[in-house]
Amino acid sequence: MSSNKKYWKSVEELNENSSIVETLRNNEFVEEIPTTDFLSDKESLSSSSTTRRDFLKYVGFSTAAATLAACEGPVHKSIPYVLQPEQVIPGVADYYATSMFDGFDFANLLVKTREGRPIKIENNTIAGAKFAANARVHASVLSLYDSMRLKITKIAGKNASWQEADLKIKAGLAEAKAKGGQVVLLTNTLASPSTEKLIAEFIAKNPTAKHVIYDAVSESAALDAFEAAYGERALVDYDFSKANVIVSVGADFLGDWQGGSYDSGYAKGRIPQAGKMSKHFQFEANMTLSGAAADKRVPMTVANQKKALVGIYNVIVGGAADAGDAEVTKAAKQLAAAGSKGVLVSGIQDKNAQLLVLAINQKLASEAFSTSGTRQIRKGSNEKVAQLIADMNAGSVHTLIMSGVNPVYTLADSKGFVNGLKKVKVSAAFSLREDETASITNIAIPAPHYLESWNDLMLTKGTYSLTQPTIRPLFSSKQFQEGLLSFNGNSADYYDYLKANAANYTNGASWNQTVHDGVAVGASSGAAGGSANFAAAAAALAASAPAKGFELVLYTKTGLGDGQQANNPWLQEFPDPITRVSWDNYVTVSQADAKSLGLENEIVANGGLDGSYATLTVNGVKLDVPVIVQPGQAKGTLGMALGYGKKASLKEEMQVGVNAYAFYAGFNNVQSASIAKASGNHEFACVQGQKTLMGRGDIIKETTLEIFNTKEAGEWNEVPMVSLDHKEVEATKVDLWESFDRSVGHHFNLSIDLNACTGCGACVIACHAENNVPVVGKAEVRRSRDMHWLRIDRYYSSEATFAEDNEKKEGFEGLFGKKGSLGGFGDMENAADNPQVSFQPVMCQHCNHAPCETVCPVAATSHGRQGQNHMAYNRCVGTRYCANNCPYKVRRFNWFLYNGNDEFDFHMNDDLGRMVINPDVNVRSRGVMEKCSMCIQMTQLTILTAKREGREVANDEFHTACSAACSSGAMKFGDVNNKESEVAKLAEDKRMYHLLESVGTKPNVFYHVKVRNT
Amino acid sequence: MKKVGNHNSISRKILFCLALMLTFSFTSFSQATPPAAATTTAAAPATAAPAAATGGDAVAGKALFNSNCAACHKLDAKSTGPALRGVKEKHDMAWIYNWVHNSTAVIKSGDAKAVALFAEYKSTMTAFPQLSTTDIDNIIAYTSEPKPEVAKTGTGSALPPGAEGSNAGGISNNFILGALALVMLMLVIMLFFVNNVLTKVARQNGIEVEAKEARTPIWKAFAQNQFLVLVTSIFLLLASGYFVYSWMMQVGIDQDYQPIQPIHYSHRIHAGSNGIDCKYCHSAARVSKNAGIPSLNVCMNCHKNISEVSDTTATPEHSKAFYDAQIQKLYDAVGWDKAAQKYTGKTSPVKWVRIHNLPDFAYFNHSQHVTVAGIECQKCHGPVETYEIQKQFAPLTMGWCVKCHRETDVKMEGNKYYDKIHAELSKRYGVDKLTAAQMGGLECGKCHY
Repeated sequence: MSSNKKYWKSVEELNENSSIVETLRNNEFVEEIPTTDFLSDKESLSSSSTTRRDFLKYVGFSTAAATLAACEGPVHKSIPYVLQPEQVIPGVADYYATSMFDGFDFANLLVKTREGRPIKIENNTIAGAKFAANARVHASVLSLYDSMRLKITKIAGKNASWQEADLKIKAGLAEAKAKGGQVVLLTNTLASPSTEKLIAEFIAKNPTAKHVIYDAVSESAALDAFEAAYGERALVDYDFSKANVIVSVGADFLGDWQGGSYDSGYAKGRIPQAGKMSKHFQFEANMTLSGAAADKRVPMTVANQKKALVGIYNVIVGGAADAGDAEVTKAAKQLAAAGSKGVLVSGIQDKNAQLLVLAINQKLASEAFSTSGTRQIRKGSNEKVAQLIADMNAGSVHTLIMSGVNPVYTLADSKGFVNGLKKVKVSAAFSLREDETASITNIAIPAPHYLESWNDLMLTKGTYSLTQPTIRPLFSSKQFQEGLLSFNGNSADYYDYLKANAANYTNGASWNQTVHDGVAVGASSGAAGGSANFAAAAAALAASAPAKGFELVLYTKTGLGDGQQANNPWLQEFPDPITRVSWDNYVTVSQADAKSLGLENEIVANGGLDGSYATLTVNGVKLDVPVIVQPGQAKGTLGMALGYGKKASLKEEMQVGVNAYAFYAGFNNVQSASIAKASGNHEFACVQGQKTLMGRGDIIKETTLEIFNTKEAGEWNEVPMVSLDHKEVEATKVDLWESFDRSVGHHFNLSIDLNACTGCGACVIACHAENNVPVVGKAEVRRSRDMHWLRIDRYYSSEATFAEDNEKKEGFEGLFGKKGSLGGFGDMENAADNPQVSFQPVMCQHCNHAPCETVCPVAATSHGRQGQNHMAYNRCVGTRYCANNCPYKVRRFNWFLYNGNDEFDFHMNDDLGRMVINPDVNVRSRGVMEKCSMCIQMTQLTILTAKREGREVANDEFHTACSAACSSGAMKFGDVNNKESEVAKLAEDKRMYHLLESVGTKPNVFYHVKVRNT
Repeated sequence: MKKVGNHNSISRKILFCLALMLTFSFTSFSQATPPAAATTTAAAPATAAPAAATGGDAVAGKALFNSNCAACHKLDAKSTGPALRGVKEKHDMAWIYNWVHNSTAVIKSGDAKAVALFAEYKSTMTAFPQLSTTDIDNIIAYTSEPKPEVAKTGTGSALPPGAEGSNAGGISNNFILGALALVMLMLVIMLFFVNNVLTKVARQNGIEVEAKEARTPIWKAFAQNQFLVLVTSIFLLLASGYFVYSWMMQVGIDQDYQPIQPIHYSHRIHAGSNGIDCKYCHSAARVSKNAGIPSLNVCMNCHKNISEVSDTTATPEHSKAFYDAQIQKLYDAVGWDKAAQKYTGKTSPVKWVRIHNLPDFAYFNHSQHVTVAGIECQKCHGPVETYEIQKQFAPLTMGWCVKCHRETDVKMEGNKYYDKIHAELSKRYGVDKLTAAQMGGLECGKCHY
């Protein structure tokens, strides 16, 4: 059955006595407009310095002046190319296959360029391109146009040329060679065969040189474990589509765990087909995306996770009957039963734990676990970095050359590094920005963005990806590889070097073909070996001491990741999928702990969310951090995101949050912490919580696999009934309006499968890039003035399982019971410690009977025959009637001019940042309403291309920005009049439902009922 | 008795009428001038035939030269190859025959002159084995013609007679009208004096001029008639409303906008006289939303060889020197050294003044109209091939767009995209042809997003 669960969006809502929630529920506009206050106050009126007459004079004059000024049109200049490149046609987009690398995110991409400027990132869908773009990768195009980038080489803080820096470094190298001082190349994970070859050549030339790889967010434990068992420093590339039972012990594999990009494989198994779907157990401390997607999520401290892992090991490998905990035993037994169709992953940063993962998967002979084609995208070694800092402080490092790292910011032992750096004779940093590290090295060299560089990547063993520039370098930057070539005394440029080297990896494909495809797939063999002393590892893990006090679990957020792109306003304004908070990091506390510590979240009168401050102490490091009470957080644990609190080379607005790297001692993401309430309240910019559900509980429909398989669709996907002529009829059958005949031509529909949506947010950023959605800043987001055309709503539901919910509902005493007319619904509002989570992307639903259209006094919004709800900005006068009448609350009002306005100093306020703007979409001005257009510019272009080529539109040719960005396949877009198209078939699916069907809006966006395999 | 101004005075009436007539005659005259001026541009090009030819075969030679040699050679200027006037004096005929038939062979043979030429121009000349020796003789005869004397300028003798006539007509019209106005003025003054004299005579003769009964002044009468006042004020209000509205509606409409461009580029010469297809230069119109202003390398496709206009291109307004100066501007912008026949690498992009400024909120795609619909450029851009200076022909208002979308049938024949849609829609509307509006071309979102 479709559940009658109570969904809630913020903890505040669960407080029955909260007057604020009550107010919000009844009154959409939380702030009263103080007109009467002002006008009735005679004193303030008379004391006003502007008299009525003056006021009229000013109005008259400014109107006249504006009118006169408007009569003269401006003169526009048009400057054509002197020599037009052959491929560039003004007004036509070009796509280039390339690959992203920044040490944290790696992806195979297509870059859309217009008139030579990259403006959007798309997924490369060619075979072999494994890594789809996440939200950060989509946003990386804006980081290219970051005006705070390092623009010129600096020596001791003064502008200099690359040649001077080159000479200085070469002199340093010569001196190091002569004196026998150490030369260290400190880089992020490169995953680049050509760069590695260059480094090998560099080390050959400089015998005292060594290469240290440093990942800001370490996966060293898993690497060490795999190296111990297989002799190769790499990570397993899991294929979750082959798994029927997935057990994750603390691994957020839908997030950034081991490089991420597991969504698409995972989502394949999550769509019920022939009555089957995968089963996912998640044992974790923080509420993560993976936990949100899981069928069974058990909140657990990391200490207990270790025990659970040992328990599962004992069941699977040791054949024990019991894994200690009932839930863990259940998971272990199902995993054992699934055999080769099961897989276990773990995010515990402990070599022993990771060894057990290998042992369990080996024993299962898991199909999802393969040691061939291993991931090469994390290589960092904790020990080597620690050694380097020790060496630096001992004064044995003579020359230090860094690339793509910012240890002063990302190291917990930042002070140690800074002190060590003072003893290094020559230090140079190739860096995108003058960050904390580059500003204190002797030499800071501007590195090019990946969209300006040539490079090659070996993301997984056997797949060779190329990075090609899509724009000329914006600044006088020098790539690290070019630098190495120069230090090696090689006069070739990196392009030639790369081209010559590429032939070894392209598996016979020509250079041009590889550049065109972006990827070449070669053969790869599985690593041999696979044995280690697993039993000893299990024993060691079982004996490991639990943390004292609270366990602080550090994680990376979907928005900012490791913090490299902190100056990217899209990512800052991107609301966290779980907490829905933007522009901040915070410490997440379980409800029980919050209560005992007196930590609170409350929604204040203007609808904004406030949170207490808490003082966190880890290893003597004390920081005041705002608190978010997180349902589902394991009791006794705290969560905090890395990547915030950066200050150097960031615009003031972006300097938000607290630097959690200070707590990241020993690269351990779990730390013993103590927490105490501090004074003061923090103002969050939270986009959900200020809008209540308004009692419309059927927005999300979900059911269990069992019910889905055994009951009629009408039972679990109920169509709401309405009364027509005193008879109950289905709401979808009633129509107040005469409908257009939409059977001819295209009729666009968007399908969203709630089962496949992981809440990753790639669509949100893709929508920003495609549609020039403005960034409004923290203060405005807090006022509910966020401009996201596409939001991903997150709903919690009370009980961990449906059975409990249904039982409770069936057990109601009825109207005259003890609990009064509301029965036991009040009980259902009690927050469970472990809620279920559902994500629901909501954009304009493009209703065929759109309530917004009927109330617009100037007909600025109207309907197209192709199903899109049009919005003519130039016609809009800003009455906002449409937004008030929209049942889905998807319309966004431009309260201010967000471009070229110093008050909103984001990318649209500087010349460089504006280069990312899509020229096919209007930049809206103040005072107009805007909303999702269903990417009409893209559908129109597809149609035009077909017309120009004199052919019909191909079956699945239509796309929107969000559907193209969705790597999990949750969003599918197309023409339902074309019965061959995928979306037409999805529209006939029995899981299909529309949002708020009872309203009768007949949307062109439909959803698929979420099915949980409980 | 003090004479009071009398509004019934005949002389005043006459004066007023005259003034009125003159005003109108002047306005109508001023409106009539532009078309008269416009006719001047349609001047027939004068044929500045060269002076007597040296031989009978020079005429045939000219044709051969134009079809075979002119792509790379000019008579008097260095181009891809050397200037050819007087080439006969530099080489003997046998050498010329060999060279034309196979220049590569001549260079290979080690001929000093040939090697020197190759060294200078760094390219071999295309072989023309199809040209007979007679043909070559003819060409050489043509190239041996003396350079024609530059037509004497200043007297305007080169002007076509038509232009002169209409110009002269303009002046004489002005003159006649001026004279007429003068005559009228004289008449008015004379009438005034006659009236004065007559009054004086009458007074001296003792004839009492009958003092007229003072009547209510007309304005008072008008003010007293409330109905009239009401009607007049309504009329005035409506009239002013109409004019204010009309004035407001033209704000932001730049029809006939004709800015001065950094290079005087004449569409008349390129698209008109030379008949170059619009899409040769505006090639992006076929595939892009922008028609595109041609990049300068497109100009150089032709202008590498055409460094000056022919004498016949000059018009009364713009001399040959003027046009040649414009070509020089192009060379400066693109960095072309005319003398050395090579690019200097110093470029300075041309900052054209944009004429058609569609507002950002309106999306227009050229390829949709040009390639898919097959609409002639002239439909929206006017008779560009007659424009000396490009201007905005259409008002580019939404009403103008919509009107065309309502009236124009969509070109569906032979386009597979439309097959199914056409069959179904024509059945529904019961028509064979569908307008853009019927296809949904009036929906807001089709142009505004």
